[in-house]
Amino acid sequence: MTAEASKHASRPDIVRALRAAAFTGLVAFGLLLPLIAFRAIHDIRNELVLETRWPLFAAFVASAFVGQLIWQLLPRDRLKKMLAEFSRSPRKLAAAASTCALAAIILWIVGTAGFGAEAEIAFGLSYLFAFATIAFLIGAAAAWVTTRYPTSSAPGRERRHQIGIGLRMAGLGFLIAYPLMMLWLAGSQGSIKWIDNFGIQILIYVMLGWGLNIVVGLAGLLDLGYVAFYAVGAYSFALLAKNGLPFIAFASEYPYLAVDFYQLGPWAFWVLLPIAGILAAFWGILLGFPVLRLRGDYLAIVTLAFGEIIRLVLINWVDLTNGYAGISGVPRPSFFGIPFIEGEGGFAARYGLKFEAIHRTIFLYYVILVLALITALVTIRLRRLPIGRAWEALRENEIACRALGINTTTTKLTAFAIGAMFGGFAGSFFAARQGFISPESFTFMESAVIVAIVVLGGMGSQIGVAIAAIIMIGGTELMRELDVLKVIFGKGFDPTQYRMLLFGLGMVLIMIWKPRGLISKRQPSVFLKERKAVSSAHVREGHG
Amino acid sequence: MSDPLLRVEHLTMRFGGLVAINDLSITAERGHITALIGPNGAGKTTVFNCITGFYKPTEGRIALRHGDAAIWNELDALTGEGRRSRVRRDGALFLLERMPDFEVVRKARVARTFQNIRLFPGMTVLENLLVAQHTPLMRASGWTVLGLFGVPSYGKAERAAIEKARAWLDRIGLIDRADDPAGDLPYGAQRELEIARAMCTDPVLLCLDEPAAGLNPSESAKLARFLRMLRNEHATSILLIEHDMSVVMEISDHVIVLDHGVKIADGPPDAVRNDQKVIAAYLGVEDDEVSKVEAEVGL
Repeated sequence: MTAEASKHASRPDIVRALRAAAFTGLVAFGLLLPLIAFRAIHDIRNELVLETRWPLFAAFVASAFVGQLIWQLLPRDRLKKMLAEFSRSPRKLAAAASTCALAAIILWIVGTAGFGAEAEIAFGLSYLFAFATIAFLIGAAAAWVTTRYPTSSAPGRERRHQIGIGLRMAGLGFLIAYPLMMLWLAGSQGSIKWIDNFGIQILIYVMLGWGLNIVVGLAGLLDLGYVAFYAVGAYSFALLAKNGLPFIAFASEYPYLAVDFYQLGPWAFWVLLPIAGILAAFWGILLGFPVLRLRGDYLAIVTLAFGEIIRLVLINWVDLTNGYAGISGVPRPSFFGIPFIEGEGGFAARYGLKFEAIHRTIFLYYVILVLALITALVTIRLRRLPIGRAWEALRENEIACRALGINTTTTKLTAFAIGAMFGGFAGSFFAARQGFISPESFTFMESAVIVAIVVLGGMGSQIGVAIAAIIMIGGTELMRELDVLKVIFGKGFDPTQYRMLLFGLGMVLIMIWKPRGLISKRQPSVFLKERKAVSSAHVREGHG
Repeated sequence: MSDPLLRVEHLTMRFGGLVAINDLSITAERGHITALIGPNGAGKTTVFNCITGFYKPTEGRIALRHGDAAIWNELDALTGEGRRSRVRRDGALFLLERMPDFEVVRKARVARTFQNIRLFPGMTVLENLLVAQHTPLMRASGWTVLGLFGVPSYGKAERAAIEKARAWLDRIGLIDRADDPAGDLPYGAQRELEIARAMCTDPVLLCLDEPAAGLNPSESAKLARFLRMLRNEHATSILLIEHDMSVVMEISDHVIVLDHGVKIADGPPDAVRNDQKVIAAYLGVEDDEVSKVEAEVGL
C-alpha cells in the first residue's frame, strides 16, 4: 500500500472514531445524567433537596468520549498481534520479569532510604512490581513449556503431564511449608495475618469450591444455594457442641434422656466434624428431592431460594439459633485432645513451648489443608469410579444415561449429598475456627462467590478451582494490604470497598478471554493408549 | 415356528386427545431382526419409548422373556399379581410397561439408540463405552463405598470392562480413536459408536431408532452388515425403525408397518413390499391407482 493510499484510508477512520466516540458520549450523557448529575440529599433540617454535580458529570462524560476515541484510534490489530507474540515468547516475558524485578528492588531501596508519604508510595509500587515479576515469570515458564512441548505431539503431551504432576507436588510442598515459612519470615505476631487471612481463608474457599465442583462441574447441576450446606455444617457443629441433642424436653428429671457433648471436652470438634458433614449430606438429599425434575434456570432459582430459606430459618428460629445475635463460645479444635490454652494441660505446656496464639492458627491451617486435600482426593477417586462417570454422563446427556441403565434420581442425589457433605465439613471447621457464627456469614453473596470460583476456575477442573479461589479470595485480602492506593487516592480511600467492582471486572474479562474458565480442558477419567485432554468445545455445561 | 421374545399386546398411548398408538399388538421373534416401518408420525418412536420405559403406556401390556419359552405360560398369572417380573432359574418374564426406564435396561436387558444421536460428546470414546457398563461396574465397586478405598476387585472389573470396550471398538474400527472425544468423531462413526455403546449393556433386545439416518449408501451397507453380524454372532434380537428401505429389505426377517398408530401390515419383507395398504400408506393414493404406481416404481 502506498503512502497516499494509507492516508486516504486513515481519513474515514478518524471520522468513524469521532462518530463512535460521540455516540459513547451520548450514551454516557443519558445514563449518567440521572445517576451522577443529580443527587437527592437530606440537608441539615432533614429535608430532601436536589443537589447538582455538573463538573463531575462533565468529567465522566468527557472521559467516556475520550476513552472511546483513544480505543478507536489505537492500532488494535497490531497491538493484539504484538501482545500475542509477547505472551508466546519466553525470552520477552523473562526480560519483562527481570525489568520488573529490577524496578521492585530499586523502589524498595528508595523506600528504605526515604520516609513519609514518598517512602510509602515507593514501598507500595515495589510490591506491585514484585507481583508483576512473579506473574511474568509464571508466564515465561508457561510459554517455554508451550513452545518446548507442543500438544500436537504425543511425547510433548506426556511430558506436559509429567510437568503438571511435578507442579502439583511442588504446590503441595509449598502448602505444607507455608505456615512455617511465614512464621520464620514474619515472626509469631506478624504471621497470624498471613496464615489466617490468607492461608486458612483461601483454603476454606478452595474446599467449598471443590465441593460445589462435584455438583456444578461434574454433574452439571447449577446450585446457587450451596451456602445452605455450609450453614448447616456450621450450625450443626455449634448447636451440638453447645446444646447437645435436644431430647432434654422429653424427660426433665434425672436420668436425662439427653445427649450432651460436654463430656467430650476437647474432643468435641473431632467427634462432631463427621456428624456435621453427615447432617449436611442429609440436607443435600432433602433439598435435592424437590429439584430432581428441574433444569436450567428453574433449578438455579429454586436452589437459590433454598439457600435463602435456610438463612431465614436461622434468623427467625430464635429459640434454637439465637437469631441475628448468633452463637458464640463455640468450642475450638484441640490438638487431638490437648486444648490450645495457656497454663497447665495446654498444648504449649505439654510440649515445653511458650504459649502463643499462633500455635492454634498453624494447627487450624493444617486441619483445613487436610480437609481440603481429602475433598480433592475423594473427588479424584470418585471421577474414576462408575458414579463419577455417571455424573459426567448426566451432564453430557441425561436421556442417554437413562437408556444405559443409570438411575438418574440416585445419581443426582448422591452428587448433591457428597457436595453438601464437603460444604458441611467446611462449615463446621468455619464455626470452630471463628468460635462465633451468625446468619450474616451465610448470605447469598457467599454462594455467589463460590459459584464464581467454580465458573472462573473452569467447571470440573480442580486445579482451576484452586487457582480461582487463590485469585478471588487472596486478591480481596491483598487489597487490604494496598496502602499505596491510600496515598494516591487520599486517606479516606478504602480499596476493599471496590472489591465487588473488581470482582465484576475480573469476571467480565475472564468471560471474554476464557469463556469456559481458566482451565477449560477436561481430563479423561481413563485412557486406552494415550491421555488426551478433551477440548471444551465438546464438553457440555449441563442443563443447569 | 414362532418363538417370540417380545410381545406387545393391545398397546395404546394417548397424549391428551391425540392417539399416538391405538390397540397395537406386535411380537418380535428371538434371533430375528424385526423392522418397524411407516410414514412420519406413524408412532414408531412412541412404540420404542413405551418398550424402553421412557413412556408409560395408557393401556396394554409389553412382555419380554429371557431363557426358556415355557415361561410365557405364566404371563397372565404375573400380570394378575401386579408385579413387574418373575425370575426363575430357566427363564424370566418382565412386564416392561411397569418398569422405570433404567430397570428396563438393567434387568430386562433391552437397550436402545436414538433417532438424533445421544452420545456423551465431551467424554472419550472409551469412557462412553464404560458408562454403558455402569451396572456391573457399580456392583464391582461396592456401590462406590469399596471402590473409594481401592479394593482390587474393582480394578479387575474395570480392566475387564475396558477389554470389552476394546473388543467393540475393534469391531467397529474405532480403536485408534478410543481416547478422542466422542463429539469429535464423524457422523457415521458416531452412529456406530452409539450402537456399540448399547451393545455394551449386554442386551437381549436391541432397539435401533433409524440407525441409517444421514448415512451415505456405502455407510448404510456397512451398517447392514454390522447389524447382521450382531444378530448372528451375539444372539441379540433387533427391533429396528428405519426409513432406508434398502437396509430394511436386505436385513429384516420380519417387517411390521404402522400408520397413524395402527398396524396395517405384518410379515416377511417380500410380502410387505407388495401389500397394497402399505403402498397406499406410503404414497397416499387410491387403491385402484396402486397398480399404476406400482408399475411406476418398478415393483
